[in-house]
Amino acid sequence: MTLAEKLIARAAGRTTVRPGEVVTAAVDLAMIHDSGGPRRVEPILKRLGVGLWDRDRVVLISDHYIPGDDPDGAAILRLTRDWAQAHGVTFHDGHGICHVVLPERGHVAPGRFIVGGDSHSPTGGAFGAYMFGVGATEMAGVLATGEIWIRVPETIRLDWQGALPRGVVAKDMILAMCGRLGMDGGRYQAVEYTGPAIRALGMQERMTLSNMAAELGAQAGLIAPDEITAAYVAAAGGEAGDWADWQGDAGAVVAERHDFDAATLAPQVAAPHSPANASDVGDQAGQALDVVYIGACTGAKYVDLRAAAEILRGHRPAKGVQILVAPASVRDQARAEAEGIMAVFEAAGAQILPNACGICAGYGSARLGADIRCLSTTARNFKGRMGDASARVWLASPYTAAASAIEGRIADPRNHLEGA
Amino acid sequence: MGRVWRLGDNIDTDALAPGRFMHRPIAELAAHCLIDVAPDFAAGAGVGDVIVAGRNFGMGSSREQAAQALKIRGLQGVVAESFAGIFHRNAINLGLPVFTILSGTLPEAGAEATLDAGAARLRHAGGEVLLDPLPDFLIEMIRDGGLVPHLEKRLAREGRR
Repeated sequence: MTLAEKLIARAAGRTTVRPGEVVTAAVDLAMIHDSGGPRRVEPILKRLGVGLWDRDRVVLISDHYIPGDDPDGAAILRLTRDWAQAHGVTFHDGHGICHVVLPERGHVAPGRFIVGGDSHSPTGGAFGAYMFGVGATEMAGVLATGEIWIRVPETIRLDWQGALPRGVVAKDMILAMCGRLGMDGGRYQAVEYTGPAIRALGMQERMTLSNMAAELGAQAGLIAPDEITAAYVAAAGGEAGDWADWQGDAGAVVAERHDFDAATLAPQVAAPHSPANASDVGDQAGQALDVVYIGACTGAKYVDLRAAAEILRGHRPAKGVQILVAPASVRDQARAEAEGIMAVFEAAGAQILPNACGICAGYGSARLGADIRCLSTTARNFKGRMGDASARVWLASPYTAAASAIEGRIADPRNHLEGA
Repeated sequence: MGRVWRLGDNIDTDALAPGRFMHRPIAELAAHCLIDVAPDFAAGAGVGDVIVAGRNFGMGSSREQAAQALKIRGLQGVVAESFAGIFHRNAINLGLPVFTILSGTLPEAGAEATLDAGAARLRHAGGEVLLDPLPDFLIEMIRDGGLVPHLEKRLAREGRR
């Protein structure tokens, strides 16, 4: 069996499963947030007349309406907080974006079967957990019963040989995969990232790949756990357990395999309005910019902030360019603070935004105005998502974001890095 | 019976349920469904209408208001060359019929059409479209009106309520 099949078989209480079979799986953990969580599920639970199946298996994270600086958002946060107290679930309030906070606080571990009330829930796959996103009604069903049906997916293997050159990171890898396979290349199957270039990545870089399995149209984005996974989980206070057992069999049948070469990968930029419009940075170089946004679960974790600051240190953005930084979690921001990374952004005149989804998800007061041209480290550049429908958004790595801010136009970060 | 709205590939859930209306009541959100990419639809789609779309309909954010907006506007359902997985699950959970196109002549925009969920057919004056049938338990869920009424029946059966 593939890793995906093993994870689903375990959750379904079966010894084997085959792609295409529909099984009922027992959920180990349900993650919900303030947008799709309490305000949407509580009316359904009330109507069903049942409580939570197991409050110890529910984690609530506020991230969409943080900081709650408008009346509607404040009311949603109030409802979220009241619900957390009433139901006694684990609640991370204002700690950061759910996909970063969940593993950071030790809730994700190899072998688990987890559902999240958000489309970037495949992030948990970076830890060798089967994690996928569902909508609020389906989540209410999970909260009431602890179960969910799943059609066993085929596995699509995305193999990366070689080693990444300097200045090229996980965001470039996933944009390259979006460019080659398209936004429905994953066909709601499970993708599994394999190969030495994957093994060489730290956990936050792996999370970027698994997160954007969503942009490949996959249900899950798995990476088999290894010592790096186990060390992260242990440090986060989680249980890595029998992580070495969660590997696909050598002879397991996959539906497709696509091969990529890390050594020859250039920084990638996705042109408006789709991540699938990704190609080498040279194709977009010179596009003038108004805003550079370093934010989101997929673009403002500690490693992302560190990369951007490496290039930005000692520089200011070009005239007319505004840098916005929304660190993905409180902990990541604190670490960046301690290492002098936040000081680099402040010295560059960047506006520091709350540890929240913010404009990546089209929320908050910093949304892009009419005709704004933005380079963003986020996951999606759909028309109108980050603000006005006339705004144009390019997606790229934090390295490329920092280099582009300095030049005021889309720029190759390798020209700003020694040894690149 | 209703009118056909033809849409292209990769219609995303940010377009179906724009973020700037996500904090507003669902009726207001539904009124702005597809306003950025298909303003005619936002202005005119209503009860009994059917969307006929291309590949990867409903990609992106898991917000089920995307499917709910279509349900609230009274659409018969969506048929598409393919669907994004979460949207597909959300639609069924809300009792909105969604079917993948297998073969047949697609109706023109504005044509009258009837979606027969049980038979997995979209019938229109110019012919009919064969649709990929859903498993029986999902058809039952749609007939019950979605996951919530479906669960109400199940929980009552199990004596939990």
